[in-house]
Amino acid sequence: MRPLPELTPENTAFWTGGAKNKLLIAFCGDCQHAIHPPQLVCPKCWSEAVEFKPVPGTGTVYTFTVNHQPWMPDMPVPFALAVVDIDGASGVRVTAEVVNADPESIAIGQKLKVGFFNIDDVWFPQWEPAQ
Amino acid sequence: MTLAAAITGVGMSDIGRKTNRPAMIHLAEAARRALDCAGLTKGDIDGISTYPGKADNSPGMSPLGTGEVRNALGLKTRWHSAVPDGPSQMAPIQVAAMAVATGQARHVLCFRALTESSSQTATQRASIPGAGRARLGGWYSYLVPAKAMSASNWAGWMAQRYFHEFGMTREHLGLVATGQRAFAQQNPSAVMRTPLTMEDYLGARTISSPLGLFDCDVPIDGACVVIVSAADAAKDCAQAPLTIAAMGAALGSQESWDQRPDLTTMGAHDAAADMWTRTDLKPADVDVLGLYDGFSIFVPYWLEAMGFCGHGEAKDFIAEGNIGPGGRFPVNTGGGQLSGGRLHGFGLLHEVCTQLWGQAGGRQVDGAKVGACGMGGGFIAGSMLLRRD
Repeated sequence: MRPLPELTPENTAFWTGGAKNKLLIAFCGDCQHAIHPPQLVCPKCWSEAVEFKPVPGTGTVYTFTVNHQPWMPDMPVPFALAVVDIDGASGVRVTAEVVNADPESIAIGQKLKVGFFNIDDVWFPQWEPAQ
Repeated sequence: MTLAAAITGVGMSDIGRKTNRPAMIHLAEAARRALDCAGLTKGDIDGISTYPGKADNSPGMSPLGTGEVRNALGLKTRWHSAVPDGPSQMAPIQVAAMAVATGQARHVLCFRALTESSSQTATQRASIPGAGRARLGGWYSYLVPAKAMSASNWAGWMAQRYFHEFGMTREHLGLVATGQRAFAQQNPSAVMRTPLTMEDYLGARTISSPLGLFDCDVPIDGACVVIVSAADAAKDCAQAPLTIAAMGAALGSQESWDQRPDLTTMGAHDAAADMWTRTDLKPADVDVLGLYDGFSIFVPYWLEAMGFCGHGEAKDFIAEGNIGPGGRFPVNTGGGQLSGGRLHGFGLLHEVCTQLWGQAGGRQVDGAKVGACGMGGGFIAGSMLLRRD
C-alpha cells in the first residue's frame, strides 16, 4: 500500500488539484514568491495572503534516479523518480514518479508533463514525457 | 578559539547483523567500555544525551530514550537531552559540549543505539521513514507517497546530478567503497571484512541508480557511547582529552532532500563553512577524517564541503589516492558505515577518537593529532574538529 500524505490546511490544494486536472502551487499574493512545499505564511515576506494558482503542468528533469529495490510488497520495480523544475513557478521542484516511459530513458533536461493518480482523497502528480 | 569541552572516552558494543540482542544490552556494553576508556565510573556521569530519542517511526531506528537508559544504568543525571531535530546525528554531542561548557554537567554520556538489523522483516524495511503509518506529515509526505521511499532514492538523485555536472563515474565511488573495505580488513570490529574488489563493486545489483549495493551502508544492531566532558574535568581522565576545537551546525536550505537549489551540495557545505570560521586550524592541519557515508556519494560531498578539495574536484582527489589506506587524508579508517555498519555517525567519531589516541592497531595513522568529523546527509549536517593537545 502506497503511503498517503496527511491533508492539512497548507497542503490540501496541492494534493487535490488533480481532481480538476490542475497542478496547484502556492504563491504569495503580496510578493508573488512561489512556495513549495506549501506554507500558510510566505517564507519570504511573511504575508498571510498565500493562494494557490494553477501552473501549466509541464516541467524539466533537474535530476532523477531509477529505483530497483523492492521496498514494499507488491511494488513493481524498476521505476523512475524525477525531481522536476516546475514551469510557471520559479524555484519550485516536485519529486514524482515518472510513468509511461522506459525508466532507463529518463534524462536530465528532459521535458515532462503532469497527470494525476487518485487514491482516497489524494490526487498524486505523476509525470510522463512531454512528447 | 577552543571550546571548553572535550571527548574523554568512547565505547562500542560488539556490533553485528541479526544479533537478536536487546538494544539495552548493546548500550550497557558500549557504556561500560566508554567508562573504562575514560577512567570514569558511572557515578561520574551526570548528563545524558542522545539522537533522536525514543522513536517508533522506523523499526529499530531508535529503540532507547534517555529516561529508560538512566533507569537501566542507574545514572544520577542532572541534565539530559534527546534531539530529533538538530545538526544531524552529531546533535547530541554538540548539545552535550554546550552543556558542559555552561556548567550544566561535568561528564555527559552521549549514545546512539540501533537494532535495525534484527528489526527488519520481509515486509517491513527499517529504512523507510513512516512505514506502517496510515498518513504521513512533514517533508516526508512530499517524497514517500511519490514512491521516493528511501534515503537511497534521495541520495541517488543527488549522485545523478553530481555525475551529470562533474563527470564522476561509478568507478570513483567504487574507490570509496573498496578503500573503506581495505581499512575494515584491519578493524576487528567491522561487520564486513572480506576483500571487496572493483569488479565486485561494479557487478553488484543496483539499488537506486547510480547507487548499487556497496554504495549503501549496512544496517546493524549495536550501540556506541561517546563521553563529552567539561575541559577542566577532562584533565582527570585516563586518556589525553580530545579538545573540541570547533563545531558547525548550519541548516542553510529547506528541510527536504529535493528543494536545495544546488543538489551537488548539501547541508554539509553550510555546517563545514561555519566550522572553519571558528578556528585557526586549516584543512591541511587535519590528519584523519570521519565523514558520513550513509551512501558512498556523501564522502565526496563532505570532502568538498570541508574544503579538502574544490567543488567538483572530489573525483580526482579520490582517484589520486588521498582518502584510502596510505593516503594523506585518510577517511573512515575503521571501514566507515559502508563496511563497519551504520551506527549513524557515532562509529565514525569513535574511530577518529581511537586514531587520535593512537589505538587503531594495524590501521593507525602515524602521529594523528587533529581529526575532522562530519555527520549527516541531505539537509542535515553537523561537523566537528578535534585536537589532541
